[in-house]
Amino acid sequence: MAISHAIASGMGGMRAAGDLVARMQMTRGMKIDEAKAYVADKLSISVSDLTDPVLMTDIRQDLEIGSINPLPGCAKGLEAKIRIAEVLDIDINCIRRLKNKGLL
Amino acid sequence: MAKIRTRMGDGFFVEMSESEVRSDLDAGTADAADRGKIAPLSKEELQYLYDLFASPYRFVSVEPGNEIVLSYDGGDLKIRRAAVNVDRVQSMQIHEKILGADTIELGHVDYSFKPVKPIVGTEQTTLEQTLMATHVPLFYGAMPNLGLYSQPDGPHPNPSELLPLGKIAAARQSYEMSVEEAAKDIVFVASAMYESGADGINMDTTGAAGDPDFLAGLKAAEILKKKYPDICMELGMAGEFILGLHGEIEYHGDRLAGMYPHDQVKLAEKAGFTIFGPVVNIKMSRSIPWNLSRAITFIKACCEVANIPVHPNMGMGVGGVPMNAHPPIDVVSRASKAMVEICRLDGL
Repeated sequence: MAISHAIASGMGGMRAAGDLVARMQMTRGMKIDEAKAYVADKLSISVSDLTDPVLMTDIRQDLEIGSINPLPGCAKGLEAKIRIAEVLDIDINCIRRLKNKGLL
Repeated sequence: MAKIRTRMGDGFFVEMSESEVRSDLDAGTADAADRGKIAPLSKEELQYLYDLFASPYRFVSVEPGNEIVLSYDGGDLKIRRAAVNVDRVQSMQIHEKILGADTIELGHVDYSFKPVKPIVGTEQTTLEQTLMATHVPLFYGAMPNLGLYSQPDGPHPNPSELLPLGKIAAARQSYEMSVEEAAKDIVFVASAMYESGADGINMDTTGAAGDPDFLAGLKAAEILKKKYPDICMELGMAGEFILGLHGEIEYHGDRLAGMYPHDQVKLAEKAGFTIFGPVVNIKMSRSIPWNLSRAITFIKACCEVANIPVHPNMGMGVGGVPMNAHPPIDVVSRASKAMVEICRLDGL
């Protein structure tokens, strides 16, 4: 069922930019259109590109914000989330926690 | 006259005539409008739904540009529930990397705040490990589950035993004491998870034990928002209207019993929730056209008044999805597309 919804109406998660749009809803309470426009602006792409996994794979690799099949040396996990916080100009709770501990 | 093949609320196939489908669509929206005192769907929206059910395709989707983000309740538990032997961290990695999840959720198998309290340290460690290995936003989810606060599972007299004896005041007092304790437990567990780095807290299946259960969730959210102004909290509901098990409980002057989603969302906003997850139940003896038309009428009214993102529940038995452990893709995809495009959803 989760797969049916993801294919019928989902943004594709980190195959594309779904996780980034979700972060704007969660951190700023943005409605979907505002969240998409914000992310598209930060990535310098159009809103329609946000769900394109081909384009987003290149963008995610270039920006080091995590990808489905990461190459050796690519940012993964927390390292990628540090970059996501910078790119979207938001606080990510677990990254803020590292900063508060003086680790970043 | 051509027959349209669709399903009943329990998921079984049914063949309906064109006029039967139209009639069920009309009746579904009329039922919701009558119960919720809200506007029915327009002729154009009903025609959209008719065309969707008349479409011969096995699977349908939203038009490009209308995609939304997905949040999950108990997502990490569902792979293990299918008897696939993976750890919860791996389960969330599967959601993120294999299922295209926009967000993921960690939850304990009991999925209630109270039982997490004594093992909160173990849950925090699992959450911290997950945060190191994943990329998408991570919720910690659990239910207020007020049923755990009355005997034999909790300290207070059981209202379900007191009410048949006519001891209404004692039953209400028991509920009121349970609300305070449940709110404390929610705040305790949610604080621990937030301080461990969770991106959000999902208070799921709220209202399962009626108006006191809903109040416990609202009170806890209010405290958490004051404590952590940046916290993200999602409120997932248990049913389409608030059961009046207490009957007189109010929140900031609004009586909770009998509230439908378009009123519930206003209280969610007042309490400090970031995302609202309304529910509309399935009636298994009615067709999916009837159920979906009804569900969309409720959710559309909710979305029209909401100032926060709305992610309706669309799992088994809610939101126009059949009450079946294996919901078929023909009707799930139709429910998904129609709910997103008519209601202008933010997520689901």
